[in-house]
Amino acid sequence: MDKFRMMAQILQSNQESFMNGICGVMALASAQLYTSFEFNCPCIPEYNYSYGISMLVIPPIWFFLLGFVLNNNVSMLAEEWKRPVGQRRKDPAVMRYMCVSISQRSLIAPAVWISVTLMDGKSFLCAYSMDLDMSEFDKNVSGHGLSQEELLRTLAKIPCNNIYDGQHILSREAATRYINCISQAFGWLFLLIITITAFLIRAIRPCFTQAAFLKTKYWSHYVDTERKMFDETCTEHAKSFAKICIKQYFEGISGEIQPFHDHSHDDSDEDDKPATEEDKLMGVRRQDTMNKVLWDWHTCKPPLSLKKIGDANTGQNGDCSMNPNKNEDQNICDKTDLNEGQNGFKCGYVNPGLDIGQSDSGKGHENASFSIEQNGFTNRRSNASLSQNGFVNGGVFSPCNTHRKAWAVYYSKV
Amino acid sequence: MDRLKLVLQYFQSNSESISNGICIVLSLISVKLYTSFDFNCPCLPQYNKMYALGVMFVPPVILFLLGVLVNRHTGVLMEEWVRPLGRRTKNPAVVKFLLSSMLQRSLLAPMVWILMTLLDGKCFICAFSMNVDPKYFTGIPNSTGLELIKIMAKVPCKEDVIFKNSSFRKAVSRYVRCYSQAIGWSILLFFIFLGTVGRVLKPCFNHATFLQTRYWSNYLDIEQKLFDETCVLHARDFARKCVVQFFESMREDVTVRMPLSSAFRPSTIRNEYEEEEEEERLHGITRHDQVDHLLQTWYECKPELDVTRMAYKPKVCITWEDINGKALFSEV
Repeated sequence: MDKFRMMAQILQSNQESFMNGICGVMALASAQLYTSFEFNCPCIPEYNYSYGISMLVIPPIWFFLLGFVLNNNVSMLAEEWKRPVGQRRKDPAVMRYMCVSISQRSLIAPAVWISVTLMDGKSFLCAYSMDLDMSEFDKNVSGHGLSQEELLRTLAKIPCNNIYDGQHILSREAATRYINCISQAFGWLFLLIITITAFLIRAIRPCFTQAAFLKTKYWSHYVDTERKMFDETCTEHAKSFAKICIKQYFEGISGEIQPFHDHSHDDSDEDDKPATEEDKLMGVRRQDTMNKVLWDWHTCKPPLSLKKIGDANTGQNGDCSMNPNKNEDQNICDKTDLNEGQNGFKCGYVNPGLDIGQSDSGKGHENASFSIEQNGFTNRRSNASLSQNGFVNGGVFSPCNTHRKAWAVYYSKV
Repeated sequence: MDRLKLVLQYFQSNSESISNGICIVLSLISVKLYTSFDFNCPCLPQYNKMYALGVMFVPPVILFLLGVLVNRHTGVLMEEWVRPLGRRTKNPAVVKFLLSSMLQRSLLAPMVWILMTLLDGKCFICAFSMNVDPKYFTGIPNSTGLELIKIMAKVPCKEDVIFKNSSFRKAVSRYVRCYSQAIGWSILLFFIFLGTVGRVLKPCFNHATFLQTRYWSNYLDIEQKLFDETCVLHARDFARKCVVQFFESMREDVTVRMPLSSAFRPSTIRNEYEEEEEEERLHGITRHDQVDHLLQTWYECKPELDVTRMAYKPKVCITWEDINGKALFSEV
């Protein structure tokens, strides 16, 4: 159990911490990109504003989209959104939750870029140096005999240190300081607003819709896990499929049929037997069946309702049938055949407390071993697996109370 | 792998140390932010104070909110405060304890920022250079024709031309910085003193109650973590079984696989032991509406704090007897 707990911790923490790690890396990348980027204000009245504002706005958009690209959950969200309803209804709250959490993570790098740009002040200076209000500095505008255009051109040169020629009109440092001031004020304001928003969303949210939030969190995580499980199962299936396919091909060529799991069964321990390849196929043995599996997985997902293993109410009392296409001995066994009158039957029970006073049957222990010599059947011990040629299901004998989980299945290896 | 396990165990058992770690990281971030921030006093009479006091107080608010956000106890606290009563009584002392511990940790980074600005002095100089009476200092540049207040407002800016050859600016700066540092050190001393007194005197009041509230607040934290963990494990098993069932529903063979006692049950993907464990981990919750109901009830009606039934489950012991009533084998 400890191992599973640790695995769960790693899984859960890994999924989130992996995404958080990517978030952090992108934020650092954004800061580093800004510092290494050589900001180059054109100092021309027509282009200053466009350059300054685009430096402020376009890289954040790029980072936001990059966040979506790097996030694995985007394809999961798209899949969940687009799939047909099938047997499983769609929950818009889950999709909203996934969308919101993806967006939140993608918004961090753009926010870092914007705040660093505003704190540094260069792009603001470039964009707004021409809108400077000279009366702030108590400078008389008309006193220098400059027309409006010339004044604008002079002001546009403020961001460029080495070409500014209006020092006698307005001190460049004073203007720079002033605009930087405003830029930094905007920067801090921006940070304050997004922090307050994040605080309201995360800290105050439990006051509203906490139960619904738990549900959507569980189901969005479930969708992710299920997708991974499906891929894993498909991979295992494909492996087994391929193995058997190749084996059959070789057999087809050589004309011999090898028993499939000679070496794996006979001397291995009961409890520790590895799953055979046939088991892993789960009954899906043909290409078109596999295609159907994959097609239906998208168009008609199964309902979220597991059938219990060992559920006696499934109406399988005493029924048995055989694998119609693979078995050599077509024996249909039903209840009446497998009475205790027959030789050597022993049965196993799920509930050990069951009264088993039956004359011919032996005592029922969970670990009973038995053998049957009947009609050429050779019984295996417990954990008999599917043979390549199918198996025979034994029926349930009548003395057992059909309400209890008291079934026995006999397997034969032909 | 073992070392990782140890580390994870340590972190899980000690959520307080994680909170302390995060708190310290935030303080370091605050220091780094201050040193890399380019302080830019406008040197204009109408904006100096606003800018300087803004820089001194707005980042602490941001850092405080950040500290509250990243603290795990915030979530625990809000949930405990807001939940319906259900079958578990609410203990206001626990809520208060969580709140106070969360506030203490969140206030560290803002305090670090404020102390740094005071000890550095730039903010103070920018804000209060205009309030200095210049007659105590010699060398004031009065040949520029500017008003006095404008001259004083330019003191924080080193590169301004009017202060080129005079020591006036440096003298005024030093004077104001003196004040700033004095205030900074006094605040630091005050808080350390307060902390010491609080720590020393705390056991004198209600120590037993304090131990209880600390235990139960820690319990709430761990319970929430374990619930999330169990949900994760459950989702995993649910998903696996769902997928396997889906595959099996596509079987081409018309075989009826009947359920079997565990001794004879065919192994499918895993061996028996793991499959039983998996069944166990599902805890009987196998349907969509069951999971929804479970999560809804977890919030609305938390179970009572009494696990006696689970911990001391009576065990079924089996005794085999022969016809005469003689015990052949007994588990008692």
